[in-house]
Amino acid sequence: MENHELKTIATQIRRDILRMVCAAKSGHPGGSMSSTDFLAALFFNEMKHDPATWTRSGKGQDMFILSAGHLTPVYYSVLARCGYFPVEELGTFRKIGTRLQGHPSIRKSLPGVFQASGSLGQGLSAAAGLALGKKLDGDPNKVWCLCGDGESEEGQIWEAGMFAVHHNLDNLIAMTDWNGQQIDGPVASVAGEGDLAAKWESWGWRVIVADGHDFDSIAEAFTLAKAAEGRPTMILFRSDMGHGVDFMAGTHKWHGSVPKPEQLEDALKQLGETPLGDF
Amino acid sequence: MKYTDTGKKDTRSGFGAGLLEAGRRDSRVLALTADLKGSLKMDAFAAEFPDRFIQCGIAEANMAGVAAGLAITGKIPFIGSFAEFVTGRVYDQLRQEVSYGKANVKIASSHAGITLGEDGATHQTMEDIALMRALPEMVVLNPCDYNQTKQATLAAAQWEGPVYLRFGRPAVPNFTPEDEPFVIGKAIVMNEGADVTICATGHLVWEALLAADALEAEGISAEVIDFATIKPLDEETLIASARKTGRIVVAEEHNMAGGLGEAIAGVLARNLPTPVAFVNGEDRFGQSGTPAELMAAYGLDAEHIAIAAKHMITK
Repeated sequence: MENHELKTIATQIRRDILRMVCAAKSGHPGGSMSSTDFLAALFFNEMKHDPATWTRSGKGQDMFILSAGHLTPVYYSVLARCGYFPVEELGTFRKIGTRLQGHPSIRKSLPGVFQASGSLGQGLSAAAGLALGKKLDGDPNKVWCLCGDGESEEGQIWEAGMFAVHHNLDNLIAMTDWNGQQIDGPVASVAGEGDLAAKWESWGWRVIVADGHDFDSIAEAFTLAKAAEGRPTMILFRSDMGHGVDFMAGTHKWHGSVPKPEQLEDALKQLGETPLGDF
Repeated sequence: MKYTDTGKKDTRSGFGAGLLEAGRRDSRVLALTADLKGSLKMDAFAAEFPDRFIQCGIAEANMAGVAAGLAITGKIPFIGSFAEFVTGRVYDQLRQEVSYGKANVKIASSHAGITLGEDGATHQTMEDIALMRALPEMVVLNPCDYNQTKQATLAAAQWEGPVYLRFGRPAVPNFTPEDEPFVIGKAIVMNEGADVTICATGHLVWEALLAADALEAEGISAEVIDFATIKPLDEETLIASARKTGRIVVAEEHNMAGGLGEAIAGVLARNLPTPVAFVNGEDRFGQSGTPAELMAAYGLDAEHIAIAAKHMITK
């Protein structure tokens, strides 16, 4: 898929994100919009997956774990736009009886979701388990995992980091949405997490830093990452929370806040319509 | 008593033997530990199946998540550590990744209760049954001796879904039949009686049998039921016995809150209100000491079970 096509899909996903959280009057748009571009590229261009033959065991396909489980708006939109379930279902997000739970659930039989997540810091361990399972089965496919930079304050992320290197999980490709924001403010002011690139390198991972909003940079990072070299890979995507809408960009205030109706109108106007159409 | 102690053995060795056998029967069975391979008696499994033994280091939270991932790919992982570190330390991981996540993970919980002994209260958990019972759909097993623990391990491997398997450190009497298949959800009436029912689990089952012997010498007929499965609880066997004897004593190496005693009291309250006496750790932490000293100090032995039973009958 060409960059301009990805751009169109990403625009539509951002429209979906905003319309979903506004319809639900809750949810997490900020981080969803900072991770939209590279997740669109991953699911539409890079991952080996097939919605028609999807099973939870993931045999013969790539697998994806959303460790930052609050990013369901972007996750569900990407899955629906890939064909895992009807796009219209996005309108049920967070509503009683929905398959589109506030955080991912495997108890609602939603295709594409391999594991529950939401309590932060746990998904990278599950992804390491999937990667080890594939190694034991001789399945050459990859396991992808998305973490947040705020989430990386959880100690378990670093336990998983140690484990993946020790067990040579070079089929594990983790990504961090390095948007520098978390609920209470900039990451640097909340927890002083420091230089994630240096930390992951010292942990023994192969580290790739890319621009999370530049499709050439994203594609280059994925190409590098897929060439296994005996250790796990961490792609740190530099990104802006709320990317694509001027009043939402670059601030923690949109981590878990919902635009007012007039703000939604403004945001959708800024993004523009796409031929794909809203749900 | 129809049971004979064939020689003291630790229940964790029963787990080790069961794990090895389960591994031989099913290549999907894996063993994971957090730097406690020897304590969990995983050595034989690790030697025979080196590729299926996964050392996780002292990182229990990650071990729980890795096991969930392995289970999703179709494996049957057993994660092993001391009871406190594989429950309380990782409750949220077990809740999200294993229980809510419906991952076919088996939690092998060794050194449970106060009989962990000399290491003291930081390592002794008397709260783990409560935590695991609270998780929706979790199966909770607490077998009573080496033979039963081995069979429970085999049953856990075959069960589709998460299982909490609790066992202990010290050598205790081994008295159940060697090859009796373990049926999850079925309590075992070990001694029939008419005056009082002693419901016991884990290390307290042997003590309950000794108590029944002592009571018999005093003309009291005690029924003894082994609740090796704490969840799902065998309500039918419990209610039938309560209807017969009208008095229940529950003995467990666990505190009052959330243990077998409260589980049984709840079933009786809903179905057949019956007086219940409790022999347990009450609302306390443990301390250092030998297992035998601690069991005596905390009143977790045949003598205290018999006293509780007699008190119910005479009051």
